[in-house]
Amino acid sequence: MSMDLGLPALERAAPQLMRAEPILTMAGISRRYGDVTALRNVDVTVYPGEVMGIVGESGSGKSTLLRMMNLEDTPDSGDYRLRLPRRDDGNLFDLARYERRMLCARHIGIVYQNPHLGLLMRHSSSGNVAERLLVAGERSFEVLRGKAREALEASEFPLTRMDARPIELSGGMQQRVQLAKAIALEPALLLLDEPTTGLDVSVQALVLDTLKRLQRDRRITMVLVSHDLGVIRTMADRVMVMRHGEVVEEGLADQVFQDPQHAYTQQLVHAKL
Amino acid sequence: MSLSTLTKPWAATSYGFLDASAKRELRRKMLKAIAVPGCQMPYASREVPMARGWGTGGLQVTLTLVNPASTIKVIDQGADDGVNAASIRRFISRVSGAAETWDTLDASIVQSRHRVPEETLGDRQILVLQVPNPEPLRGVEPNISIARQMHADADYGKLWLTLYEQIVRKGRIMQGAAYPSMVNGRHVMTPSPIPRWDVPKLNMARHLTFLSAGREKRLFAVPPFTRVEPLVFSDRPYRVEDHADLVCRRSGVSGYFMNELPIDGGGSAFEVSDSNLGIKAIQQAEGGEAAIGPTWYRNGEFSA
Repeated sequence: MSMDLGLPALERAAPQLMRAEPILTMAGISRRYGDVTALRNVDVTVYPGEVMGIVGESGSGKSTLLRMMNLEDTPDSGDYRLRLPRRDDGNLFDLARYERRMLCARHIGIVYQNPHLGLLMRHSSSGNVAERLLVAGERSFEVLRGKAREALEASEFPLTRMDARPIELSGGMQQRVQLAKAIALEPALLLLDEPTTGLDVSVQALVLDTLKRLQRDRRITMVLVSHDLGVIRTMADRVMVMRHGEVVEEGLADQVFQDPQHAYTQQLVHAKL
Repeated sequence: MSLSTLTKPWAATSYGFLDASAKRELRRKMLKAIAVPGCQMPYASREVPMARGWGTGGLQVTLTLVNPASTIKVIDQGADDGVNAASIRRFISRVSGAAETWDTLDASIVQSRHRVPEETLGDRQILVLQVPNPEPLRGVEPNISIARQMHADADYGKLWLTLYEQIVRKGRIMQGAAYPSMVNGRHVMTPSPIPRWDVPKLNMARHLTFLSAGREKRLFAVPPFTRVEPLVFSDRPYRVEDHADLVCRRSGVSGYFMNELPIDGGGSAFEVSDSNLGIKAIQQAEGGEAAIGPTWYRNGEFSA
């Protein structure tokens, strides 16, 4: 095998060896809702260009963690830092609501499991993408239109339907609009919360293909939450397994799936098999 | 025995109808509104002898501002002689001793529904606009608590999006009245349902404008020499109504905002919306001495 072929494989297998500086660092994240502990002392590190998969059963805290990454919630304790060009915001949980909103609008994209959370159903698909650009301050109609078209095209959304309302679209199409909205500003971090749940298998495959292509072409750093091990196996470079608000196992995807160490991970993998 | 013998003879209980504490509260809120242009200030809207939705917000502001030396003009859709305008004007005069006028140039306080007079207002004049719906975000965010957060964060993306959608669907911005406008580069306000024609009159104007909604219990202000900029895309310029070439069938004036009147046979005739301007023009044409002051628009072009 030549070096050219070998390097990407190494890069995929061990990104931390290739890039010393993580793009996302969360440390000691804990969150309680009344008597329920949603997250307990969770640490996360994500490196530029990698896909970090988070798996776990329902209620394990993975979506809560993703909401923290999108600054929609604040933990009881913990530190969250994003390494962005020409910025040092310190602990992002200390930012005011306005600063959080602007940071998320410009640097973090998110695709929700439920498109109703991520899309304005009464507005056109292109308008949904344009809204993100409007929040970031773009004020030229032609530029908005052009960038919306570009993002929708990159998400493999048919441009003939770019002015259709999401409510008129299928689930797979709605996810593509969400994806276009999320990548419109070329975010440093793309968060995916069960993006293929509820879609039929063929549409799932199409959405995953689009995600893989985007990740390959644009080197977007992704955090993918799913309870579907197949999806995580297809997409992730590294995997974090969560249970009862704690990280029980973390490692390279192949390593975790082929040689799970924790009993719960073994149970998950074997249940899948 | 009649009702009048059973009741006390009428007498004003307080100057300007509203009691002192009500006026004090309103003054505080009006000062706050001036301090933060375009920001909506809540106030305890009082009962006045008029149904809510008929100009009670404007009336309360006017009653707070008025004094015996004031001269009051009240217009409804540009007309001084509408029943509502006449009733409000007479009521204000009755409870305050202020003089009444139809002439924009003579007025110290102009209370208006849906129009800004065509003659330029000066720095000694106050415009009080009656506002039915003070919240520009209502159409995009029905939850008022979230709407307030959006104002606090200057989060107007969804408002811009409605304009984007109008262009996508209709090819142009369809917002006719109450065009959302950025005040002093910070807060977006709805300038009451004045037509697009009137919005530029508020920009860097010499006069103070109060906008008050009695039913919604909120008021906001545009202080003199404050920027009022309609939300427009950089490549889609703001356009006022195409009334520049229309001629008033009664007074013969042109280049002002007109009312369209359907006529027999299916066509339309037009009358100048600012009725006092039309009256002055007719008096001038008949050799009278009525003086028309400087106007915001000249030959249909905004020139102030």
